Amino acid sequence: MPLRKRKDDGKLCAHVVIYTRYERFWHWTQAALIFTLAFTGLNIHGVYHVMSMETAVVTHDIAATLLILLWIFTTFWNFTTGNWKQFLPFLQVHPEDGRFVTGLKIFINRLWAVVRYYAWGILKGEPHPHKKTLQRKQNPLQALAYLTFMIVIGPALWISGIFYILYDLWNDFAGSQMWFQATVFVHTAAAFAMIAFVIIHVYMTTTGKTPLHYIKGMITGVEEVELSEIEKEYLETHAPDLLKDENASC
Amino acid sequence: MSDLLKTIGSMVVAAGLTLVSASMPATAAEKEKAEDGSRIEFGINEYSDLPARPHMVSAFTLKELSTTADHSKFKELQGPFKSGPEVTKACLSCHNKAGQQLRNNVHWTWEYTHPVTGQKLGKERLINNFCTNARGNEGMCAQCHAGFGRTSPDYDLDKVENIDCLACHESTGKYYKLPPTRGNKACAVMFEGKKPIDWAKTAQSVKMPGRNNCGMCHFYGGGGDNVKHGDLSSVLYDPPKDVDVHMSRDGAKLVCIDCHVGSGHKWAGSRYNMTVGDSGKRPAGAPRTKATCTSCHTDSPHNSTSITGIKLNGHVDKVACESCHIPAFARGGVATKIFWDWRTAGRLKNGEGYREEGYIQGNGKPRHTYKSIKGSFKYGENIRPVYRWFNGVMRYTTIDTRFDPSKPVQINYFSGSYDDPKSRIYPFKKMRTFQPYDKGNNTLVYMHLWGDDKDAFWGNYNFARAIARGMKDNGIPYSGEYGFVETWSWWPINHMVAPKEKAVQCEECHTRENGRLADLGGFYMPGRDRWWWLDLLGWLAIFGALALVVVHTIARIVMKNRYGAAPEGKE
Ligand code: HEM
Repeated sequence: MPLRKRKDDGKLCAHVVIYTRYERFWHWTQAALIFTLAFTGLNIHGVYHVMSMETAVVTHDIAATLLILLWIFTTFWNFTTGNWKQFLPFLQVHPEDGRFVTGLKIFINRLWAVVRYYAWGILKGEPHPHKKTLQRKQNPLQALAYLTFMIVIGPALWISGIFYILYDLWNDFAGSQMWFQATVFVHTAAAFAMIAFVIIHVYMTTTGKTPLHYIKGMITGVEEVELSEIEKEYLETHAPDLLKDENASC
Repeated sequence: MSDLLKTIGSMVVAAGLTLVSASMPATAAEKEKAEDGSRIEFGINEYSDLPARPHMVSAFTLKELSTTADHSKFKELQGPFKSGPEVTKACLSCHNKAGQQLRNNVHWTWEYTHPVTGQKLGKERLINNFCTNARGNEGMCAQCHAGFGRTSPDYDLDKVENIDCLACHESTGKYYKLPPTRGNKACAVMFEGKKPIDWAKTAQSVKMPGRNNCGMCHFYGGGGDNVKHGDLSSVLYDPPKDVDVHMSRDGAKLVCIDCHVGSGHKWAGSRYNMTVGDSGKRPAGAPRTKATCTSCHTDSPHNSTSITGIKLNGHVDKVACESCHIPAFARGGVATKIFWDWRTAGRLKNGEGYREEGYIQGNGKPRHTYKSIKGSFKYGENIRPVYRWFNGVMRYTTIDTRFDPSKPVQINYFSGSYDDPKSRIYPFKKMRTFQPYDKGNNTLVYMHLWGDDKDAFWGNYNFARAIARGMKDNGIPYSGEYGFVETWSWWPINHMVAPKEKAVQCEECHTRENGRLADLGGFYMPGRDRWWWLDLLGWLAIFGALALVVVHTIARIVMKNRYGAAPEGKE
């Protein structure tokens, strides 16, 4: 498949399936579950009374169990596929040799470029400073946000959630009430953080070429990606079905 | 019936109609009379609306079908008997341990020493905030006593032939007991014109106690149908399933003693020392000994294969079954008194006492909202209980308790808290009353209500004399000056368990506004509680994010118009 060369750095740009089927399944299932959890959670919290407490609790508990299962599975998947490296913001690709480097400085520079872009560049029609590559599907800000999601907000929710759901099994000692309140506090705080996160996250999906561009990408799995010659050759020989066409503009 | 009324009417003491014979339904004349609220009233006629008392089939009555003894054939019970004690002697001639057993039974002794608090309680001593004290008024109040001839506190409890076996064991449904002493003329007609009791026939009818036996007294506590408890009314003689799943003929068909189990004339279910938080566990094959829900239903009664069921079972450690399964008391059409004001008692019309019937209850019957002999009342039906932490131990304000009259006096009180593993959230009926007290000593008073003399309140309507006499008769110091104090009493709600579909729903407690448990503290309850500042921060984050989205979107649109092309729209 002939690929169009970019003029400046000699890199190729192609339409490639970068979100595998499992990844997309995971993403959308997680989205549905988190939406369900937030919606039923706020009902339980007493913000509104769209459904009965019983329905809200039962739905919340089922969705929570499914989400935890999904997360266990996904964690396994992330580690076995090596995808976990995508979520390490400090792990950046060296601009010349294309290898991973862990550099705080390079990360901060790139992060700043992205922040500056969203605050200003995007308004002026500048190109996005981050080019999606197979090794770095996410820009540094995204990676940082997702990592926070995965190691702070998520665990805060599932750990406190598990304590919350099992309350009746451990409330049997003097002073348990304090621990219960701590549980609820963490859960509620993290839930608010999660909702705020989701709002920003959803908005960010509209900042692509067209408002639906990124969403489409997560549905079809196909994105515009910068490829090195090696990656191109690898894809051509080992996974030709992932390489869609060369008519991309990165 | 109307003949009887005419007879009584021709005497000055007309309206104090009384216990209608069980077999006689209310006549039209009677109903008409009842609608006329302003007529002169003399007696204590709350008892006049006793319905027929059916003997229902229950596990116990079924058991009786297999009994090996037919009492109607016993030569000892052929009579003739001229009085109750004669019957009792016949009973005790075979049941020769029953007398001694009754010697320790509150229905006979009216005395109770609380095993935890040591307080001396019982009907002979306590003052409640209904008709106040039975002590000294036995002549009236001992109609609900398992004995004959109790006329004063000096009652010989060792004279076992005075035990009234029939009150609890007869099954004709027509048994009644006359007040052992005469009241004033205003009250003298009680039971006049009633058919004399056929002692032999009544004696031959004995069975294990049915709900008619227990209900006769316990449904009418406080001076009328459901007046006192709120969850014990004549509806329970034959309740629809909606009112009581256990007692309904469409439900479990249970009678009182199916739950209030016992042996040797001792049974479970004391209101003074309640069993709260029974695990229901007992050795395999051991009989039930407690009148607790868990003794039949276990402490994990909900379906533990459903999320809802598991969650509900998780509530059992802190919430009494009754709290959810008795969503309201005084159901089924019979109201309960919720407020009593003795301050207005004693008003007269043309020099005579009178009554007003200002409340029509669910079953269409009117209830008195004013009686000269008692004061004014308020009623309620389908009442949502008050919920409190409760560990089962009831304490009482007794005649010798001194209190602060500026605050409501708790006739009974209790403790309990979230932190106490023995406590549960328990439903109560709260009764509010204004009643006389000793203004000098800040104690409650014994009133002399009943008697054929110039001091009895019922007939003379004079608090000063009734109190002075009541205190003197019982040797209680009295300052000589009385006032009225607000009193509260708390009645645990255990009966009238509704079908499970009618149980209290989660959000009736787990809600921010006006929930059933709104005034219980010491614990966090989802849906009711939150940290306001955490919510504030949370909403700031959420609305902050939304604001950012809006501002950024506008900026993008504006700038796009200015710069023309979309960010990556170069192609
Ligand atoms: C990850 C697994 C989660 C578990 C195991 C979990 C578990 C629970 C449990 C057990 C409750 C108490 C009510 C009940 O029994 O259902 C609860 C309440 C709640 N949950 Fe979750 N949850 C999870 C995730 C989430 C998520 C993702 C959100 C929102 C984004 C959320 C928001 C809430 C809120 C707002 C409440 C109400 C807290 C209160 O007012 O007490 N939860 N959760």
